[in-house]
Amino acid sequence: MAALTDLTISEARAGLRARSFSARELADAHVGAMERARELNAFITETADAARAGAGASDARLARGEAGPLEGIPLAIKDLFCTKGVTTTAGSHILHGFASPYESTVTANLWRAGAVMLGKTNLDEFAMGSSNMTSYHGPVVSPWRRKGSNARLVPGGSSGGSAAAVAARLCLGATGTDTGGSIRQPAAFSGIVGLKPTYGRCSRLGIVAFASSLDQAGPLARSVRDCAILLGAMAGHDPLDSTSVDRPVPDYEAALVRPLKGLRVGVPKEYRVDGMPAEIDALWRQGVAWLTDQGATVREVSLPHTRHALPTYYIVAPAEASSNLARYDGVRYGLRVAGDGVDGLYEATRAAGFGAEVQRRVLIGTYVLSAGYYDAYYLRAQRVRTLIARDFARAYEQVDVLLTPTAPSAAFAIGEKMDDPVAMYLNDVFTVPASLAGLPAISVPAGLSADGLPLGLQIIGRAFDEETVIAAGAALERAAGFSHRPDGIAP
Amino acid sequence: MTAPLVEGATGPWEVVIGLEVHAQVVSNAKLFSGAATAFGAEPNSQVSFVDAAMPGMLPVINRHCVEQAVKTGLALEARINLVSVFDRKNYFYPDLPAGYQISQYKNPIVGTGTIRLDMKDGSTRTIGITRLHLEQDAGKSLHDVAPGASHVDLNRAGVALMEIVSEPDLRSAEEAGAYLKKLRAILRYIGTCDGNMEEGSLRCDANVSVRRPGGALGTRCEIKNVNSIRFLQRAIEYETQRQIELIEGGGTVVQETRLYDANKGETRAMRSKEEAHDYRYFPDPDLMPLRLDPAWVARLKAGVPELPDAKKDRFMAAYGLSAYDAGVLVGDQVAADYFETVAKGRDAKLAANWVMVELFGALNRLGKEIDASPVSAVQLCGLLDLMADGTISGRLAKDVFAAMVETGKDAAIVVEEKGLRQVTDTGAIEAAIDAIMAREAAKVAEYRAGKDKLFGFFVGQVMRAMGGKANPAQLNDLLKHKLAG
Amino acid sequence: MSLDKATVARIARLARLRIEAQDQERMVGELNGILTWIEQLRAVDVEGVEPMTSVVAMDLVLREDVVTIPGDRDAVLANAPAKEHGFFVVPKVVE
Ligand SMILES: [Mg+2]
Ligand SMILES: [Zn+2]
Repeated sequence: MAALTDLTISEARAGLRARSFSARELADAHVGAMERARELNAFITETADAARAGAGASDARLARGEAGPLEGIPLAIKDLFCTKGVTTTAGSHILHGFASPYESTVTANLWRAGAVMLGKTNLDEFAMGSSNMTSYHGPVVSPWRRKGSNARLVPGGSSGGSAAAVAARLCLGATGTDTGGSIRQPAAFSGIVGLKPTYGRCSRLGIVAFASSLDQAGPLARSVRDCAILLGAMAGHDPLDSTSVDRPVPDYEAALVRPLKGLRVGVPKEYRVDGMPAEIDALWRQGVAWLTDQGATVREVSLPHTRHALPTYYIVAPAEASSNLARYDGVRYGLRVAGDGVDGLYEATRAAGFGAEVQRRVLIGTYVLSAGYYDAYYLRAQRVRTLIARDFARAYEQVDVLLTPTAPSAAFAIGEKMDDPVAMYLNDVFTVPASLAGLPAISVPAGLSADGLPLGLQIIGRAFDEETVIAAGAALERAAGFSHRPDGIAP
Repeated sequence: MTAPLVEGATGPWEVVIGLEVHAQVVSNAKLFSGAATAFGAEPNSQVSFVDAAMPGMLPVINRHCVEQAVKTGLALEARINLVSVFDRKNYFYPDLPAGYQISQYKNPIVGTGTIRLDMKDGSTRTIGITRLHLEQDAGKSLHDVAPGASHVDLNRAGVALMEIVSEPDLRSAEEAGAYLKKLRAILRYIGTCDGNMEEGSLRCDANVSVRRPGGALGTRCEIKNVNSIRFLQRAIEYETQRQIELIEGGGTVVQETRLYDANKGETRAMRSKEEAHDYRYFPDPDLMPLRLDPAWVARLKAGVPELPDAKKDRFMAAYGLSAYDAGVLVGDQVAADYFETVAKGRDAKLAANWVMVELFGALNRLGKEIDASPVSAVQLCGLLDLMADGTISGRLAKDVFAAMVETGKDAAIVVEEKGLRQVTDTGAIEAAIDAIMAREAAKVAEYRAGKDKLFGFFVGQVMRAMGGKANPAQLNDLLKHKLAG
Repeated sequence: MSLDKATVARIARLARLRIEAQDQERMVGELNGILTWIEQLRAVDVEGVEPMTSVVAMDLVLREDVVTIPGDRDAVLANAPAKEHGFFVVPKVVE
């Protein structure tokens, strides 16, 4: 039998139910892996004791035949989800010492399904980044290495700790959040599957807000099936989140076996951007062939406003963030740095508590909302956003899903692209449009770059049609047969 | 009606006033959280994680608060906006936990409406309402618990407020007071705000400027958070004089926020640095636009009770009251109901008189509101009925009422206990008359010689002899006969 | 449009972010880089286009007027850097 840490969630689920191993054994194996892989810096907080205790409770429920759908499955939680009594940092110094007195709805759903928490994973500060370089707790190191190089690479971001932990077999699956690509891009960089559901599918309650109109929770795991299983547990209506939809949660796992015959796939021509590496273009073409081979029909479609998506995103997201982050003021929780009077306290606390990227975005966001600039920036961006969403709606009159690359490159080295914020923002060029339109999308590992790093393909679906996204993602997964493993971390 | 003017050293001035009223919505829970709203709780004991702006917390709106705002809009005969939007108003302050207030900026739930003012001389004025919007209240900062520190209580943070903004149509402190009184009466009639200014349920900001009659608008100052009608009027009067004197002395009014100091009776500029506010309003992405069902609004409209203006018109028509009396009585729904209970089937003018003179006088002396009156409407009915059937005289009725106020007892019991029942036994009255006539034989002679004015003297003497209990009509009649000889 | 030092100082003040003197120049440069880039949106024709209010069409959820929070002062104050007599404490605010 394979090592317990090599199992997929569906395999572990079967093994636990068959009593081939105990939840406690499964937890111990992952706690051990987590502790041996600290050089990756994937976790900000390890909760080994809670994992073992949770696994013990799972074993009792398994013995009683009361197992939940995720009974005994060890998961890592992005440290943007508030977890009761466990510190929640959002990757920022400003939440120093914050122990949440409540549990996020998504994590509560997971625990109710029987899952076990291994720890809280590292992330870009307030989920602002595509490299995991902006965390106050230091960068996450990808378990992947370029062929013949020891350079330490980024896992992508902002759910970089979750992606690295899943890729390095430190957990069976993890939660992430995706605002402009923060699940899909690190999944692609790390050779795993990442699924961003439709905006409104998962509750945002208890997730530290970055950009409220874009933030959405989703799973990262090593198979499409595992993502389907996790999403089924995470999703659902939450009356405490006004943007959460009241729709039944379908059986996502059942969608995996849907035949591809008759599926209409669109390839948006505007995603063929200048300077796209040939190997990514080639992988994209390969994806078209894989889907065609399984019975799908593929055609070119046009999303004419695609090139405006990134600048739109970099107005809307910072604007919302500048307001969402106003609550971090040193009064009710977190870091407090004394200053002259209460305004001095605010200014000193926020200057010391926020890192450079967060400060940049807060300032940009403040500027684009300020008197005299609101119409020119924020209002205009929200109009362009309407145009972008319309592009998708038109495309979906002709096709059922869209196929694109997930990212314009493979992972880069830690420290690269750090001096030019705009160059860093371009990482999200393929993921941001779906975020702006609130659409579900999955990234599936599809091949390796010339220097041996994972590359992902993305499927974007209609709103609330995660099932078709999962079906198409599973088809890519079957065809790609991606079985490469990172070797940057000793097992 | 011409605007009242204020005479300055260099000529007349016109005052222009607009009011922004924050009315706390009557509700069990807060606007966006399930925390309680009760007044006077221990600090921070009615605070949800939403109210404290904990990370990841989200607002969910309270249906009842929406209903209360719409009802208020309907009572102000205002336009109900079927689509409205919640915006974030961004600024930093210790009692504003999220760093923004959820309010309504471009698209409020209620648009333009009107309020009718009843002036002392019986005339009316119509004042425009610009808008009414829903928003969250902030918490409370206490600045004198300990030196060098402010203490923050978030109990009030998140409580639903209706901000009701008037047009700058008010032209005097008196009008401003009348506006606030009328607005408070309407809110109480429909039960959307308890109107309690001491507890802060109703707070008023006044924008005041002066100009030459008919001239261009002057620079305005905003007087913040005035918590009584009396203070509002004083603050406006003070501010008017201050601005006139400033301009006449060669100075200019600076647009600023001022506080009213009730102890000194003056307004002063706020000491905090007046930096240019830039609230960076934008639609709250945590909330969808609020869409109202027109059928639901229509149902609410059908349920709006008779309001002060309609009631006043009806009181004048049905009970023959003067505009002034009717206006006073409808100013408070409890008073209006009290009056109607007493007036029904009785002499309405007498009833109005008793309510407005005796009852209001007594309440005033006791410092009590009418809903805490020691004499209920039914009890006052009993008193008036005893007068009507001749059990007591009008004269004694006031003494009986005073005893009722003091003891809370029914009129009949007071009359019985104090033996105040009117004497209608003609024999007893005649005996008393005979005794007085015998004692005052000289005066009887004078009367019979033509000094008619002495009649009153005899009435008084007999009444006094009978402890005031003689039936006045019978007494008059018998006395007239006996004096005539 | 390009930001100058004074404008950056103004928005930093609005955002209550103290920017040290030695960082101002760099911050002005970085923000201008980002702004110049996002200004390409000016070229988009948005005439008559409604701004997006929500990516998912749904009605605002309304909750009932029921008190659901027990009022747990200890939990509310648990993370406070400074508290006293059940209050949060801040440096004195001058009105
Ligand atoms: Mg206002
Ligand atoms: Zn207001």
